[in-house]
Order: sequence, then C-alpha cells, then structure tokens
Amino acid sequence: MAILLKHARVVDPRNGRDGEFDVRIDNGVVAAVGKGLPVDGATVIALPAGTVITPGLIDMHVHLREPGQEHKETIATGAAAAVAGGFTAVACMPNTDPVNDHAAITDLIKLKAREAGLARVYPIGAVSRGSKGEQLTEIAELRQAGCVALSDDGRPVATSLLMRRALEYAGMFGMPIIDHCEDPSLKGDGVAHEGYHAARLGLRGIPGEAEELWIERDITLAGMTHGIFHVAHMSTAGSLRAVRNGKSRGIRVTTEVAPHHFVLTDEALEGYDTNVKMNPPLRSDIDRDALIAGLADGSIDVIATDHAPHHRDEKHVEFDRAPFGITGLETCVSLTFDRLVHRGVIPLRRMVELLSVNPSAILRVPGGSLSEGVPADITILAPDLAVTVDVAAMKSRSKNTPFGGWTLRGGIVGTIVGGELKYANSLAPGGDALAAGFAR
Amino acid sequence: MSTTNEPATLRGKHLLGIADLTPEEIVLILDTADAMKEVGSRAIKKVPALRGRTVVNLFFEPSTRTRTSFEIAEKRLSADTLNLAVASSSVVKGESLADTVHNIEAMSPDMIVMRHASSGACEFLSRICKSRIVNAGDGMHEHPTQALLDAYTIRSHKGRIAGLKVAILGDLLHSRVLRSNLLLLRKLGAEVWVCGPPTLMPPGIERYGVHPTTSVDDAVRDADVVMMLRIQLERMQGLFFPSLREYFSVFGMTPERVALATPDAIIMHPGPMNRGVEIDSAVADAPNSVILEQVSNGVAVRMAVLYLLAGGSEA
Repeated sequence: MAILLKHARVVDPRNGRDGEFDVRIDNGVVAAVGKGLPVDGATVIALPAGTVITPGLIDMHVHLREPGQEHKETIATGAAAAVAGGFTAVACMPNTDPVNDHAAITDLIKLKAREAGLARVYPIGAVSRGSKGEQLTEIAELRQAGCVALSDDGRPVATSLLMRRALEYAGMFGMPIIDHCEDPSLKGDGVAHEGYHAARLGLRGIPGEAEELWIERDITLAGMTHGIFHVAHMSTAGSLRAVRNGKSRGIRVTTEVAPHHFVLTDEALEGYDTNVKMNPPLRSDIDRDALIAGLADGSIDVIATDHAPHHRDEKHVEFDRAPFGITGLETCVSLTFDRLVHRGVIPLRRMVELLSVNPSAILRVPGGSLSEGVPADITILAPDLAVTVDVAAMKSRSKNTPFGGWTLRGGIVGTIVGGELKYANSLAPGGDALAAGFAR
Repeated sequence: MSTTNEPATLRGKHLLGIADLTPEEIVLILDTADAMKEVGSRAIKKVPALRGRTVVNLFFEPSTRTRTSFEIAEKRLSADTLNLAVASSSVVKGESLADTVHNIEAMSPDMIVMRHASSGACEFLSRICKSRIVNAGDGMHEHPTQALLDAYTIRSHKGRIAGLKVAILGDLLHSRVLRSNLLLLRKLGAEVWVCGPPTLMPPGIERYGVHPTTSVDDAVRDADVVMMLRIQLERMQGLFFPSLREYFSVFGMTPERVALATPDAIIMHPGPMNRGVEIDSAVADAPNSVILEQVSNGVAVRMAVLYLLAGGSEA
C-alpha cells in the first residue's frame, strides 16, 4: 500500500530541503519526495497547512527500565511513549537489572522491542561488567548483538584507565563512549545544584565543577586515544566551554542537552517537588542561558531527554530520599518548539538536526534523512498546536514530570516507523486524517 | 513592644519556617510568648487554651531539648500530647513518611510537631496532611521555633532587635538554626555577621543581606549578640576542617575574643554545646551567657506558636 502525504512543509536538512513537497511512502520506504508527485495508486493524505514533515526523531538517551524494573517502565510502554512524543527511535541506557553488559540481555531488549512493534530501540551496552568500573564488557559481541554505543550511565566511567581503554577499544568499531560525567567525590551525597537555592533550602549541593572536571578528563583521553566521546546530559556553562575547546582542537567529542536543562533552573527547587530532582541537577540561570546559546550556535549536537521513569511511590517521599530523574519522551518536542523555535533561538531546520540528523550520525544508525529508498521513519509535527501537558494521558508507565499542566506551543501530529503509522494525535489538526489514510 | 498594625493571629495554617512569616507575625509571636512566660511562673502552670486538642510530637531524629520543650509547652496549654520517636518504629520496618503520617492522621490529631532529617519534610507533610504542621527542625532547612526563642531572648535583654549587631559563628553550612535566624534577624532589621571556615560557608549567603567573614575578630567586634552554632564532630570526615583542635584555635569563642564585643554583649548557643570546640567553658558559663535562658524561653515561645496556630481562642 502506498501513501502520498501532501501539502506539508518538508524539513530535511541532510538533503537541503525546506519547503512544500509531497512525500510518497511505498513498501516501508521513502519512495519519492518532490513537488506535485503523481498519485499513481497511492492513498492521498492531505495535511493541513502549516504541518511539518521531518525525518524521524531519535532520542539517544532514555531509560526503559526493562529488564528488572518493570514497575517503572517496560520496553513496550517506553516505546509507546516514544512514538507519542514523535520519536521513531530511542537508544536505551544499560543500567537495567541486570545491567546490559552481555549479548543475551541485548538480545532480550531487541526481542521485546520487536514484540512491541512501535519505536525502534537501539540498546546501549555497558562499558564495564555490571557497570562496576573494573573489567571491560565483551564489546565486539555486544556490538554484534546490536549495541550502538557504550556507557556506564547512572555512574561515570569509573577510572581514567578504564575510559582510556574503552575509547581505544570501542574506537575500532566506531562506537562512541557516552559518559555520565561527574566526579564522585565532588558530588558526594549531593541532591541539588550547589548554589543559593539549595543552600537556602538546606539541600546538599552538587557543584557544576563535578561535571566539568570529568568532561575535561574525558576530552583529554579522547584526544590521546582518537576515540569517540559523547557527553551525556551536559548541564553547565563550564562544560560547554570545555566541549567547545575540545572540538576546536579536533577531538572527537559531541554532546547532548536535556530539555529540562534548557527550560528550568535551580529556582524550581523551591517547594521541594521531587519531580525537579534529577542528575545532573537543574543548574543556575547562567548555565541555562549558556546551554541555550550552545544549542543556537551549533556547539551542542543533540537534544536527548534522559527519560528516567520512576514509580509514584518512589517519588512520593522526602526530597533527599527520592530517586533522581524525570520522564521526558512525551514533553520534549513541545518544550523544544515552545522554548527554542518559537522564541527564535533556533530555526526548525536546527531542531531537526538536534533531534534527528545528529543523533543518527553519532550512533551511526539509519535515519536522519528523507532520502529516497531509506526506511520511512517520519515524524509529522504541528508547530502551532496548543498543547496542555496531560500527565494522566501519557503513555509512559511513570508520571514523574514537572511539566504537568504546562501549556506549550507545538506538538505531534503523527509518527511513522518503517512506513507504518505508530501514533496519530487526534487532538492535532490532520491527526485523524492521517489515521484514516493509513487505515484504508 | 507591639506594633500598631500587629495582626491578631497568624495567616498561615502551619509553621513551616520563618520564611513564611511577616515581621508583624514574628512580633505577634514574641508578644504572645511574653504572656505565656507568665503562665510558666505561676504555681499552677496550666491554662486551658488547647483543652481537647491532640498534638502529636513526631520526631524522626533524636532530640531531647526541643522535644521536651514542645511537650511541656503542650501540657501547659492543656493539650493531649503523644510522643512518637519514629526512628525506632515504623521507618525501620520500611514504611514511608507519607504512610506513617496518614496512619497518624487517621486518628484525627489537630497538630503534628515534626522533626525530620530531610530538608523540606515538613513542607511535604503540609501538602499531604489535614493537620496543622509545626516544624521542629527539618534537615538543614529551618528550625523556626529556635529562631523565635533566640529572638525572644535577645529582645528580653536588649529591648529590640532592629539595629543590633549579631555575630553568628560555627557550622553555617549544615545549620537549620542559622537559616531560620538569618531570615528572622533580617526581617526584624538586625545587622548580621556570619563567621566560619570557607568550607562551611553556604553558597550565596550574602543574598540574605548579611556580612560573611572568616575573621572572628571582625564578626565579634562591637557585637551586641554573639551566637555560636554547634560543630558536629563528624564534619572532619567531610574534610571541612583538619581537626577540632585547629577549629578551636581559629574559630573557638574564647574570653579574649568575646572582649571585642560590646561590654554588655550576650552569649548564645542553641545547644548541645561542644565545650572546647566552638566555645570555651569560660564563655559558656560566664555571667553574660544566656544559654540556659534560651532553653527556658523555648517553652514560652512554643506555647505562643501552638496557641496562635490553634486560632488564638479560649485564652
């Protein structure tokens, strides 16, 4: 069955396209993109004016919790949250229980993702066995099983020697090492950004320098080894300086920022809402403004959510006892539209680079373009849709977001993976037409 | 001492921190404590103000002074009181704070006085409870009744708070007493100096409108009030200072250092004291030390808080 999407604005930076084009999907692939394409037996779906078609969005930093913590999220519920948030693919961190440090666990994740049949799921393997920071995992085997990168996320890569060896060894496969950059002794038992607000509220601080020092270490080691280093969830102005400096020296370093770090600051701690507790913590307004500048000027490569579902019972406790992390898959696109695109920080083309082109390039996975012949992973966006964040309606099994009730401008119309419609938003103009077209 | 626009009662349902009080409300509490102090001097130290009300003292951290002080205050107001030292019961069995408190609430108390090791625990409680909450110390956040009794003690000696120079020295970073005192003293117009090693200085403390310094002499010089904060012995493990001995030599309050203050300066400490660490015994036991008076005043101030929160009726 062929589908012809008409009248939408196609934003496909890799092919230099930004304008009104028709997109033909046939046999699960992008069959043609052009002006005035013939119907030629296809089902025509006319999208409302203003609708935007982009290469499928990819969230390269999520926690799907399965195996081991299915009360927080499963691969199926996480994948459902992904497509509802406009993501055709996600890369999931290995800090499950057990840790994804063995091909058998990678196989399980791939199997569960296939069964769910929603978003593509790219497993990230552990750098060290059990993420304990001692011995390397069997990296070649993990790669063969389908891991696209390596990380001990949740913890930093424990020693300089381990990071050095991982960069060297994984470099031969072109796999990036994604490090959760944080000096453990400077972090201590901190729970919030070290600054006025944490001090006033009596919360133990995590200084920004804990992250910056570790990034400097990893950049130095990446330079030494010619390995590929990706900074997970970067949060401070000093970290951005370090990354810019590393890039200017030709070191292979890329970085991602989570929406909560470009939207909120540590001022949100007032009131002790455990849904503003995450690691790295919400930083100062200086840091937030620096990240926004880095997103605008290209020195930040990726927006990734660090989607970290936790059960309500786990978050319904004293602030310092709550686990770190918030969900992100279903709010990312609206926050990015509202805070970055509509405020003139970045154009739509750059949004697509941050959420699709660059993550696919860093992870070396398909996607990131609407070239003819590629699998039809497509996100359809409504830039002017008024979205009220409805926590109860979210697909994620967990509801730990600080953005509930927020009104944002910009949302999802639908998500297509491999030529199949995986999500249609009936609240968006064109959502029902999309669903009807694919149902025919 | 009362101002003309003094309110008749408190606006808030709870006492979570000094941050929520207006200067007028603080003065109301202090004035009410004057009346309560008189009750404590009677032969029969009891008034019926809280008769028929149930107050639960929920202490998740060990406390002798504050818990006893609240209990005596409640009894003098004729409340029915119940003490729960939870560290030894439910929490050990893995029950959450929310569940513990919901169980207590199922028995319809009117007020819960809580001490907890987590900053913000009282605010959390106030969101999930129907009872009035009184913060008896939450983590490193606030200890409002301590600051109120400190202010009461200062006012009873100096006749005012505004314009006084108050020096606070010790472990500033981890102290809820400090945070409540800074808020209160600034709201009532005192000039506040804070002094301690840089390792124990809270980030952004200058935003309270106080003078941070590492010089004991600068802090104490011409001070009307010299207040020490407890140095917890385990802080050495956090590498905050090299030894208790060195702490005392650099920051300990000695008679020589006190001599820099005004001749009639008062010496305060919220307790428990570490003699020979933050304070020399010669200072702690000197005639101008009001440390035990702080304890006595604690009962009157807590009576005032409980009375006003209960609606200030049936006096």
